[in-house]
Amino acid sequence: MMRNARAFVLLVVIATVAAATGCGGGAAERPTRVLRVCADPNNLPFSNQEGAGFENRIAQLLASDRHATVQYTWFAQRRGFVRNTLRAGTCDVIIGVPSSFELALTTRPYYRSSYVFVSRRDRALHLSSFDDPRLKRLRIGVQMIGDDFANSPPAHALTARGLVANVVGYSVYGDYSRPHPLSNIVDAVERGDVDAAIVWGPEAGYFAKASPTPLDLAPVTPQIDLPFLPFVFDISMGVRREDTALRDELDDFLVRRRREIDAILASYGVPRLDAAAAEAN
Amino acid sequence: MSCSVGRVFAQSLAALTLAIVACSPQTTDEQTAPASDGELAGKLVTADLATLQQDDGEWVMASKTYAGTRYSGLTDINTQTVKQLGVAWTFSTGMTAGHEAAPLVVGDTMYLVTPWPNVVYAFDLTQPGAPVKWKYDPKPLGASKGVACCDVVNRGAAYDQGAIFFNTLDGRTISLDAATGRERWVAQLADINRGETITMAPLGVKGKVLVGNSGGEFGVRGWLTALDENTGAIAWRAYSTGPDKDVLIGPEFKPFYAADRGTDLGLSTWPGGAWKTGGGTVWGFVSYDPELDLIYYGTSNPGPWNPDQRPGENKWTAGIFARSPETGAARWFYQTSPHDLYDHDGINELVLVDLQMDGGTRKVLLRPDRNGLFYVIDRTTGEVLSAAAYVHVNSNRGIDRKTGKLIPVKEKEPRQGVVVRDICPASPGAKDWQPMAFSPRTGLAYIPHNNLCMDFEGMEVSYIAGTPYVGASVVFKAGPGGNRGFFTAWDPVKGQAAWQIKENFPAWSGALATAGDVVFYGTLEGWFKAVNARTGELLWQFKTGSGIVGQPIAYRGPDGREYIAVLSGIGGWPGAIVSAELDTRDATAANGWGGALGDLKDASTRGGMLYVFSLGGSR
Repeated sequence: MMRNARAFVLLVVIATVAAATGCGGGAAERPTRVLRVCADPNNLPFSNQEGAGFENRIAQLLASDRHATVQYTWFAQRRGFVRNTLRAGTCDVIIGVPSSFELALTTRPYYRSSYVFVSRRDRALHLSSFDDPRLKRLRIGVQMIGDDFANSPPAHALTARGLVANVVGYSVYGDYSRPHPLSNIVDAVERGDVDAAIVWGPEAGYFAKASPTPLDLAPVTPQIDLPFLPFVFDISMGVRREDTALRDELDDFLVRRRREIDAILASYGVPRLDAAAAEAN
Repeated sequence: MSCSVGRVFAQSLAALTLAIVACSPQTTDEQTAPASDGELAGKLVTADLATLQQDDGEWVMASKTYAGTRYSGLTDINTQTVKQLGVAWTFSTGMTAGHEAAPLVVGDTMYLVTPWPNVVYAFDLTQPGAPVKWKYDPKPLGASKGVACCDVVNRGAAYDQGAIFFNTLDGRTISLDAATGRERWVAQLADINRGETITMAPLGVKGKVLVGNSGGEFGVRGWLTALDENTGAIAWRAYSTGPDKDVLIGPEFKPFYAADRGTDLGLSTWPGGAWKTGGGTVWGFVSYDPELDLIYYGTSNPGPWNPDQRPGENKWTAGIFARSPETGAARWFYQTSPHDLYDHDGINELVLVDLQMDGGTRKVLLRPDRNGLFYVIDRTTGEVLSAAAYVHVNSNRGIDRKTGKLIPVKEKEPRQGVVVRDICPASPGAKDWQPMAFSPRTGLAYIPHNNLCMDFEGMEVSYIAGTPYVGASVVFKAGPGGNRGFFTAWDPVKGQAAWQIKENFPAWSGALATAGDVVFYGTLEGWFKAVNARTGELLWQFKTGSGIVGQPIAYRGPDGREYIAVLSGIGGWPGAIVSAELDTRDATAANGWGGALGDLKDASTRGGMLYVFSLGGSR
């Protein structure tokens, strides 16, 4: 009830502004809907302020599908992101969140990716398993999260196998003054600072694609360490818990425009483990 | 579509923003000092910090004195008169983040630094209502707000030799002329883009201003830096991890316990290069003993790895350093939480007092630690004289008196993917940053603190910077008794509580003790309380507009009357609770955060306001 009321008010305000500024085309023209997206202004390959990320592209596709314009609320995607954006009511949708994310109501998944091994092709390491005995000798880069009692799944997996001293941590936030903070760990592989790194697929795929040094990517195995340490995640869009109507609308969009979304993801080199990967092959 | 409404909105907004900027009061350059400038400057220059801090008319550093006692010798407001306290004047900061700072009073001026964007105000105490004398806006980077851990607080400014020193969230230390607010120098010390921030209150010692960094959660390497008070140039920097030369460990380093002796322990107690991102930040208060000529401060928890990813004692994190203020050279170190398992930062304040114990006078420092133990440590040598639990503790069994080491309890160790229940104290500890006071009249330490335990309940999927990961689902809950906080009067000689007040929520403000035998503190509901220092009897209370996480102070105004001042404005760690962020845990964990603190958002709303009280209130 509340949400619907607010959406109605918003439309009226927009219509009023359009009329008052004299740029509306009159009664015949439909007022433009505004799609309010919560996003990080500096988080390639996902999003940035220039609209260069694949989540920006998907937001544009969604907006054109819904005859809307995109309006962003920019906030670093860190602790407090959901609280300060989606929950503060300044925006209505986060384009990418894990499907089992507890801080939002999530849509059906639209892609599934995996943490992947990244190494220089000229090293010919062909790593794919956490149980590869060579991991004891190699320098392995992983991303550090830094929330209490939490870290990236590969970091946990290596620790569980007694691999600690040869593991090098890279901040998952990177250097936020750079145009693509997340590239730090892939850069380290390129430079040879580490022999290999284990990186979330979309990040690895994008930066490997841009790398002048050919890099090999391979999804990690196993896909899950028991009892509960997955390396493969489904990704959905996220809305406020009570926004079921919007969620349903997004679900519909995700089904109808699936091929175009897949094409966007493919153009950014996102490694896929779902049906799209099979279809592409 | 012939027109973009979104753009029209953006343009209107831009125009509005311009208008606001154009109308805002000018800062630095055109600030005008009042007529009494010369008089004020004269008063400031003639008295040095050592003298000023003993003057109960003044409050020249966050902790009142180098000893960190937060004790005022003023007696007008006492157990008999305190009932007449009323509001003398107030000031709204217009900000909604956590207001943790202590106001300063130097001469006829009060100074206040706000949370981000870290605006500094000077108030003229000689005028009715204490009008703003000058204002300084450091204009910190907007990005620092989004990347700072745990709200955007600031714990206060420092004064020395006619200058105000304060830190900005985006990593600068700034010196202002105390009389005019004119900028003297700016030193960029921390890099916000790498997760480093500064939130602590600096301290002036022997011509140097001491500043430490924050951001252990982001994989930064902790340090304390001394800057020349006149120029802002770095005199020395002591890291909390790494080789001895970086930690400023040399021939003068004589730790009491064997575990702290050896070469380059800041390297060898870490796997691989983990020390480079090992934390040990310095975001608490610094104390100083002029006689021994040693500064004392705590280092934060090791990070950002989990305990099993950083085998070793992880030196020099989660412990206490004694150093020379001139050179930074370390004299001794004691680790309160070797190989910290619980995010038990070692940054809590160190109160320097001389106690009659064991048949003689001991120069000690008092440390109410996050791990639940109240340490009494010989501040000359670093020897632990006692370490008694001041709340319910089951995650350690105190310390081994021979080795000085904390005795861990194996079954309460958090482990990945394993359910561990009733770990006490919880991560925020028996007490977080909120500083205690000490009264030499009663010999008691007055500790605002927590009564929280936690459950480790399996795993949940989280997401940060586009990266999915798995973290333990940690659920906090009230400790034994069901109350979530305490205000405890602690006898450090006997190692036991003299009296204790149960607080519904964690007591998250600083404490103030006075010679009137009245002790002040604030609650998260917004009550500002005065209690009898000897009995704990509630003598007076006032409901402020928001939860109190600030540090109360006492001073004598230009009119000769005693005043008590405190900032109200909930935030900091509890700010996350007031927000709706933890709602889902209400649903999934009946005994969790929701059960423990979910009701806080009904008890308090946000908004910063300075309250100044006096007998009879406004006249």
